[in-house]
Amino acid sequence: MEDAWDIACLLIQLWFSVVVGLIMLPAMCGASLGVTEIYIKVLVKILEWATLRIQRGRRDRPTLQTQLSNGIIEKEDGSMEDEIEELRGGGPKSLAGGEFSLGDASYFCRKGIESIVEDEVTHRFTSEELASWNLLTRTNNNFHYISARVTIIWGLGVMIRYCVLAPLRITLASIGIGWLAIGTTLVGLLPRSREKDWLSDRVHLTCYRICARGLSATIRYHNKENRPKKGGICVANHTSPIDIVILANDGCYAMVGQVHGGVMGVMQKSMLRSCPHIWFERSEMKDRNAVANRLRAHVADKTKLPILIFPEGTCINNTSVMMFKKGSFEIGGTIHPVAIKYDPQFGDAFWNSGKYNMVSYLLRMMTSWAIVCNVWYLPPMTRQEGEDAVTFANRVKSAIAHQGGLVDLSWDGGLKRDKVKEAYKEEQQKMYSSMIVG
Amino acid sequence: MGSRASSLLREEDIEEIKKETGFSHSQITRLYSRFHSLDKGENGALSREDFQRIPELAINPLGDRIINAFFPEGEDQVNFRGFMRTLAHFRPVEDNEKNKHLDASEPLNSRSNKLLFAFRLYDLDRDDKISRDELLQVLRMMVGVNISDEQLGSIADRTIQEADTNGDMCISFSEFIKVLEKVDVEQKMSIRFLH
Repeated sequence: MEDAWDIACLLIQLWFSVVVGLIMLPAMCGASLGVTEIYIKVLVKILEWATLRIQRGRRDRPTLQTQLSNGIIEKEDGSMEDEIEELRGGGPKSLAGGEFSLGDASYFCRKGIESIVEDEVTHRFTSEELASWNLLTRTNNNFHYISARVTIIWGLGVMIRYCVLAPLRITLASIGIGWLAIGTTLVGLLPRSREKDWLSDRVHLTCYRICARGLSATIRYHNKENRPKKGGICVANHTSPIDIVILANDGCYAMVGQVHGGVMGVMQKSMLRSCPHIWFERSEMKDRNAVANRLRAHVADKTKLPILIFPEGTCINNTSVMMFKKGSFEIGGTIHPVAIKYDPQFGDAFWNSGKYNMVSYLLRMMTSWAIVCNVWYLPPMTRQEGEDAVTFANRVKSAIAHQGGLVDLSWDGGLKRDKVKEAYKEEQQKMYSSMIVG
Repeated sequence: MGSRASSLLREEDIEEIKKETGFSHSQITRLYSRFHSLDKGENGALSREDFQRIPELAINPLGDRIINAFFPEGEDQVNFRGFMRTLAHFRPVEDNEKNKHLDASEPLNSRSNKLLFAFRLYDLDRDDKISRDELLQVLRMMVGVNISDEQLGSIADRTIQEADTNGDMCISFSEFIKVLEKVDVEQKMSIRFLH
């Protein structure tokens, strides 16, 4: 028994020294040993091979359905006016200017049926469908037995992901979060000074880097010269809570959010000790003026870190950018837009908060292959003369969508839970009325 | 998402739907995926709320009437067969060339059936006549609050006058067909389904 215990202790010591030596220390210095890069390269090769096998398997068995990622239907693109004109076919116009025809209803009918078959919004709140399977059970569409080899690789993948990678990642994540709490509390003991800020930055960067290793995250930052500066506001598209880790790996931000209880609350308090973040009480969030004033005060102080805000207000599945809430764009100051695009092949980063709670979501992240994403820093933007907040918000949104290759939608991310506003229907009714009355 | 959905759809069901509606195998499986993703309650049937959840449909002025068309008399749930049967009305007519082997009865997407679908948008009580009230109701849905009652009433009266040939102050289905003679209904009430 003694020997077994000794061996167990030795193994645990070995485990921790590996973790500390090979992962934590390089993370603190911002260096990388290159293991993750090799891992990703190997993974890409395996996935390509698997895709070829699956395609070959499908060709041999034509009854298997191909999963096409393009649409089910081809939509008409005309405006309401053009289409209803066509409908009326240039027949004899009615007398006295009232141009109603019984056939007009078929325009609305067809538009309605088209939206039932395929619409722009509902599928943004569920995970993106992949063109080819990436050997994860969770993205399995129409899994039919293709060949023994693919199944073996899949089985190996499951073993590696759950038995080797997941424990490693969970260890790292816990260390990262623990270090954040302890480190920020220690830094918080110092008096306000340049050294304190510098130390606080180091602590934050280090533990976010450790957390990123804890997700096997490979992040490529583009246009680093546009990195958000102090006194600015950083806006980005929102896919999951991991966005914060991704962005904070390369810079320090002041976080904005609601005060939580429990572990998160402890973290928030200790983070607040080392540098000014903005945490709101639930009651304060309802008062838009109070919120705006606090943000304005923070931005005005040029020594404070840039604020990180996600104007969509909710997680979207990273195929599109939805309406930006205008609140953040009314504050003034320079907006630094950032586009984040995850590569869905290695793991689905979208947090479907209706379906998974935070803990199961994080576990899913830690049992994916990896998180691979691109971050583009866009040139700073400011509100122009005479431009209102909504137009400005849309301008920033388009820039982000364009850079990240995402679809630019004006639908509200709140449609995930709420009903659409009647105002949009009224717009259509108004347009139609002007057509029949003139 | 996809695998669980299509595994609930058996090959025999797909063949039956193919015969009845004329959709191809791949179209049926993809529409089943869509049906499944709309079915939040996961009970194999859609309710009116499931349709209302589609924002683009909720803002359509005739959204409620269109949703109604899916539900048979007095029912609150529509299953996949019913869903496909309604959608079949919108298959382009040209696609029928490939399915000549289907039985001799009129296909769901014939010109006449498409017109009947449009007619039923107006004829809520299914008495095969569009009365002045029914016409006014649909007009009101399409224009909202932007036109006064009097003006709308005169538009309705004019429309009935022009269409009504037998003097009963209502529009029957044959009168409806006559009015839309020149309209390319086949094209306007068709959706291009990709194969």
